[in-house]
Amino acid sequence: MPPVFGVLFDGLAYGMLLFLLSVGLSVTLGMMNFVNLAHCSFAMLGGYVTVTLMNGYGWPFFATLPAAFIAAALASVVLERVFFRRFYNAGDLDQCLLTIGIVFISIASAAYIYGTIQQPVQLPSYLRGSIAFMGLNLGVYRMFLIGTALLITIVLVVALETTRFGAQVRAAVNNQRMARGLGIDVDRLFAVTFALGSGLAGLGGALAIEIVGLDPSFALTYLIYVLIVVSVGGLGSIAGSFAAAMVLGVSDVAGKYYVPALGAFLIYLVMIVLLMWRPTGLFGRR
Amino acid sequence: MSTQAIVGPHAALQAQIRWRWSETVFWLATLLPFVLTPNYLVLASQIAIAALFVLSLDLILGFCGIISLGHAAYFGVGAYAAGLASKWGWGEPLSGLLIAAVAAGIFGYLTSFIIVRFRHLALIMITLGIGLVLQEAANSASWLTGGFDGLQGIHTWPIFGKFRFDLYGYTAYGYALAVLFVIFLVARRLMHSPFGLALRGIRENGQRMPAIGAPTHAHIRTIYTIAALIAGIAGALLSQTTETVSLEVLGFQRSADVVVMLILGGTGRLYGGLIGAVVYMVARDQLSGLNPQFWYFWIGLLLIAVVMILPNGILGGLALLARKAGVKP
Repeated sequence: MPPVFGVLFDGLAYGMLLFLLSVGLSVTLGMMNFVNLAHCSFAMLGGYVTVTLMNGYGWPFFATLPAAFIAAALASVVLERVFFRRFYNAGDLDQCLLTIGIVFISIASAAYIYGTIQQPVQLPSYLRGSIAFMGLNLGVYRMFLIGTALLITIVLVVALETTRFGAQVRAAVNNQRMARGLGIDVDRLFAVTFALGSGLAGLGGALAIEIVGLDPSFALTYLIYVLIVVSVGGLGSIAGSFAAAMVLGVSDVAGKYYVPALGAFLIYLVMIVLLMWRPTGLFGRR
Repeated sequence: MSTQAIVGPHAALQAQIRWRWSETVFWLATLLPFVLTPNYLVLASQIAIAALFVLSLDLILGFCGIISLGHAAYFGVGAYAAGLASKWGWGEPLSGLLIAAVAAGIFGYLTSFIIVRFRHLALIMITLGIGLVLQEAANSASWLTGGFDGLQGIHTWPIFGKFRFDLYGYTAYGYALAVLFVIFLVARRLMHSPFGLALRGIRENGQRMPAIGAPTHAHIRTIYTIAALIAGIAGALLSQTTETVSLEVLGFQRSADVVVMLILGGTGRLYGGLIGAVVYMVARDQLSGLNPQFWYFWIGLLLIAVVMILPNGILGGLALLARKAGVKP
């Protein structure tokens, strides 16, 4: 098979990663209109938790994944209580500045504790290497990544569409004031969603180490990708985030493979064109 | 006669234009580094350049409410325009500023057509995207910009053929300060004109302004172009005084820094940006001397503190204190 399928495969795996990193932000932004630029700091926290537990305490890789999820979720709950809660009614700019301040602090703290070098992880042997499939070399880890992300997506969609909690979330995203009027405790709902979304980001950060590496600049580098996914996909839309993450992942990998001279130029251009075409995102309504 | 009604707003604007004693003190104080800290004149010139850059952002963010996370794009265009002019054999500084201003202004005018269409998150993303695209473009066009290694071979001629750029930064600071002062006067006049009032109207309520007949989009395009032009001049000052241009002039870091400086000082006050630039640059110089890696920890802490405690920046806080004490600034 031609290399285009290999590029497509890598792009999809990368897109899945971006989806995991950004879906939480998309939902919380859609619900509270809170611009949380610190979202990728939670992802970075998840990554460092995995690294520490594996290299420092000898935990197996799979056992560290839930730990990454829980650590990021807990950290987000604390920050939400202490800082974010006061800024729900503030302007975009104040929210941006508060959260970018948290990003700066997280980057400096990570650099202080772990240094600025890339963190190594040793994957279990059954996740390494690749499988030859119809003339293609498919990385086992990437397949694992796609499988995990698909599983999480299905769980998310089913939970949102069929459970009572999911219905409340959809109502709050659709019209926050109306949802309040109907007696839904939007603040509590938001806190839970926020924790879940940050937890997913933490999981994404842990899974991302093998693909993109982990160093303190992660919180800022991937913030830009995540924001692109969220704004292109449309706020509060899981399907939109998924589609945008796939488009972005494939075009980024394809761009780097076919026209390496352009670098990241292509995805920024894709974002600007998509936003000019649809300012509220692919699946956005507002 | 209906002159009474016309005189009202006119007198109000006139009162704002009047020069206050605190402003005189401020500008006299900017001359102090020549006497008090002659060893820090290079830093002082960097501060003056940063202040000019912050001023340009204040015009759009503070007065018109346009949040930009990509303002370094215009700074960079100006820096490269002046740098290239000098590299190709025209190192005259003042006309170099003009070239940079025209280049950045044209780029600003072209992008302003995109800017007016967006608000909120999409606007933040678009400005961020424009900045990133330009940086990537400059990186790939290394035949023109020198790419990652930066633009080499810039030589700035003496100002008016007399004042050479010295190692200690006497000329650099004097030059940057003079340009800052002149442009500040222009910006001050502009913001206290009816046009400036219209901009504040757009900031306060973007939907109502068209309803009272104000051409909102045209106003935004005009001020965005002016801001881009001033940012370009700031960039040109940097490349002329340091005689080098690196890719970093276009970076996201610079765009973020300038927003931080403005917020720190206080938006929509003209002087807020200047004070923010001074505090930020001096703090960075001192703190990065202590522990360069930890610099951003303190900036982050500062940002959170400003947003939580001083929502209107240092100047806003000072104004509040002054009002409480009953002093008229």
